[in-house]
Amino acid sequence: MNALELKVNGAAEAVAAVTIADLIGAKGLDLTQKGIAVALNGAVVPRRAWGETRLAAGDAVEIITAKQGG
Amino acid sequence: MSMTTDPLVIAGRTFQSRLFLGTAGYPNQKVFLDALEASGAQMATASIRRISLSGYEESLTDLLTGRVHILPNTAGCQTARDAVLTAELAREALETEWVKLEVIGDRELLYPNVEELLKATEELVNRGFVVLPYCNDDPVTCQKLADLGAATVMPLGSMIGSGLGIANPHMIELICARSPVPVVLDAGLGTASDAALAMELGCAAVLLNTAVSKAHDPVCMAAAFRHAVEGGRLAHGSGRIPKKLHAEASSPEFGIIGS
Repeated sequence: MNALELKVNGAAEAVAAVTIADLIGAKGLDLTQKGIAVALNGAVVPRRAWGETRLAAGDAVEIITAKQGG
Repeated sequence: MSMTTDPLVIAGRTFQSRLFLGTAGYPNQKVFLDALEASGAQMATASIRRISLSGYEESLTDLLTGRVHILPNTAGCQTARDAVLTAELAREALETEWVKLEVIGDRELLYPNVEELLKATEELVNRGFVVLPYCNDDPVTCQKLADLGAATVMPLGSMIGSGLGIANPHMIELICARSPVPVVLDAGLGTASDAALAMELGCAAVLLNTAVSKAHDPVCMAAAFRHAVEGGRLAHGSGRIPKKLHAEASSPEFGIIGS
């Protein structure tokens, strides 16, 4: 698995990942954890598609969750 | 109106409680959970933010699931585009179509950007969302939001977090009287009487956060708001007496000793 230059939650970094599922795992997150969503270059990628959605160099990925709010 | 069963229905979901509570700014998790219980709220708001990638973080989703409905917000968004993406992420993360739509036009005043708010409401309704927009206390904007398919309108009482209460009660009353959808008073409440007033003016519910989370005793204040909302609702349905400019004795005029 080659390292890809990605922007993950705003931070540029090289990550060894082919798919979004790889990236989630590489970040130490549990793939089955509820309450998480992913956007790839400004579009939501449904959880069921994480395993097949391939990443490319330069991609911007946002991984979000629910936090305190009013 | 029945004293005991007067449920609120929004987009087919029935609420026994007319108080929606925010989840931010409590001293600690225990106080938050105790306040949530004391409030009787059946829906609580949450924001959508980047997950922490630097270690374990307690999941608000796990904490709230099974206790209340989670109402994700789009707080911080300044364009319709950002708000729509945030709502889409929230729908995916929380498996809910419901969204408290905030599109802010001024970072200091946290006032809505009405133009972008209308645009985002239309887009989200088209995408199947149940949209609860935070908006100005402006009957024209409220009517436009309802026309676009918003499930409620949520006019501000005063600025978010200000505790100034309801700055323009006459306009809130007017919005309530004219609105085809439930009116939820959102933002600015400072203490329980503000919530009672909102309900007396005809609001269907209130949404608040800071007034409880930053109170000296959040749990007790949450209970106070619960009672205020219930009291205000009962008063609204009970027909208040007209205001008079002179006294009118309530005790009998005859048989006064010494007369």
